[in-house]
Amino acid sequence: MLIKTKKEIPSSEITPANVYKNRRQFLKGSVNIAFGAGALGAGLISPSALAQTAGLRGRAPTEINLAAKPDWLVAKVGNRNAPPASAPYNTDEALTPFQDATNYNNFFEFGNGKGDPASKARDFKIDPWSVEIAGEVNKPGNYTLEDILQPHTLEERVYRIRCVEAFSMVIPWIGFPLADLISRFEPNSNARFIEFETLYDPEQMPGQAARTSSLGWPYKEGLRMDEAMHPLTILAVGMYDDILPAQNGAPLRLVVPWKYGFKSIKSIVRINFRRDMPNTAWNDYAANEYGFYANVNPQVSHPRWSQSQERRLPSGLFDRRIPTQLFNGYAEEVAHLYQGMDLRTYF
Amino acid sequence: MRTGILIKPIVFILLLLPALYYSYAVYLALTGGENLLGPDPAQALALVTGEWSIRILVAALAITPLRYLLNMPKLWNYRRMVGLFALFYVSLHLLVFLMFLLQWQWLDIGREIVERPYITVGFTAFILLVPLGLTSFQLAQRKMGRNWKKLHSLVYGINILAVLHILWVVRSSYFDAVLYGSLVLICLGYRIMRKYSPSVRKFAVLK
Repeated sequence: MLIKTKKEIPSSEITPANVYKNRRQFLKGSVNIAFGAGALGAGLISPSALAQTAGLRGRAPTEINLAAKPDWLVAKVGNRNAPPASAPYNTDEALTPFQDATNYNNFFEFGNGKGDPASKARDFKIDPWSVEIAGEVNKPGNYTLEDILQPHTLEERVYRIRCVEAFSMVIPWIGFPLADLISRFEPNSNARFIEFETLYDPEQMPGQAARTSSLGWPYKEGLRMDEAMHPLTILAVGMYDDILPAQNGAPLRLVVPWKYGFKSIKSIVRINFRRDMPNTAWNDYAANEYGFYANVNPQVSHPRWSQSQERRLPSGLFDRRIPTQLFNGYAEEVAHLYQGMDLRTYF
Repeated sequence: MRTGILIKPIVFILLLLPALYYSYAVYLALTGGENLLGPDPAQALALVTGEWSIRILVAALAITPLRYLLNMPKLWNYRRMVGLFALFYVSLHLLVFLMFLLQWQWLDIGREIVERPYITVGFTAFILLVPLGLTSFQLAQRKMGRNWKKLHSLVYGINILAVLHILWVVRSSYFDAVLYGSLVLICLGYRIMRKYSPSVRKFAVLK
């Protein structure tokens, strides 16, 4: 009779009865199984996945994650003009709740999960903050945030913001037209593009230290000068009656509502006026997927997903997606900037 | 008393826990209770069902290498259960996609499957997993003989398709693709080396 050793039993012949043949060995083995399962479980739970699920719980805090709120900035935001919802650039659509706007963010400097910016940005330092103005301007230099903001009166702008991932929000920003800032620094005739840069500080922004990141740091974005000068383009320092939370790009960010959200660069430390088109973070990562213009356009799909519809957040499980509008519904105001341009080629 | 008799039900319940938790979260979301899924619940569910699918899929793949490396034949008793749970979570992932993300718009669904490579490979992985699930029982094993092993060796292709799916969905971080891709390659590498190398066949961490 052929005696089969335990090792040589082919997998297709295993029956549960084997488990119960040798009790003592099985008891010893069960401890090993638990250990093995634990080790396997530990190895399979990746930090990025946990981080992403952390953003799912609606119980996340609503604090704004700053080390300190400068009084002068709070006062300035408090003194803003609040035009009625019918004002030219404002929409009267329902606002996204503050809780959602501050706990569901793509700000990979803090991590890749939607909840990471809110949970990882702790005691983010916005004071002191300086912005370098550089390039083709008559008045370059390093300016403090106070100097940057001092001459401008803030106003409320209620904009739609559409992420390239096909979700959107409606957010009441508090800021001022970028055009007003630009004219202060007197760009010369060579300035055809404007480039922005985000803070680089891996200690405060742990995502910048990650080795498996898709983006390069610091984050860079840019606009053509006519896009930058458009009245819809604003620099924002607040939202929902208060100064910007860390997770939303404190203390200073761009908002360009007719483009995908990744163009609205956060936590700006440098503004550079250039003759030529700047490199931008997402374009550097995947030029065939993220163009320089990144105008919201339902007809031009992202190579990997359609852009014809979006989920307006917060959305219920059975809520219908809404159709995406050309230029995010701002076509009347901005379509003329792209007259004669093939929006598929220049995406 | 065979205390070992409790292990299988415990492992079963552990594998079921994520599905139970998210079912509860969906129930809360639909009845206006506490929001556990965030403002974009469809996306969140797609993400978590996908995460659990790949974890359990890779776990099923790792059982045979572990059985040899740890010299634990009993591990094979869990392979079917873990494999079927993988099919279960993959089915949930597909259901979330069809029901909540594409909302049963069949024209869109057909177009998405054909036009989006990451969906094509993901859907193919699911389609291939179904016959494995259907033939996972002992009756099928006996009736198919050697063909059973051939059919079930598809699990390697399925895992590779799943990793490709993850890679193609990447927007921000390569961590998951690297992690699961490495685990799949290690399992596959081990099986190949085992086939051709007697020293690998003899090697075990535990005796």
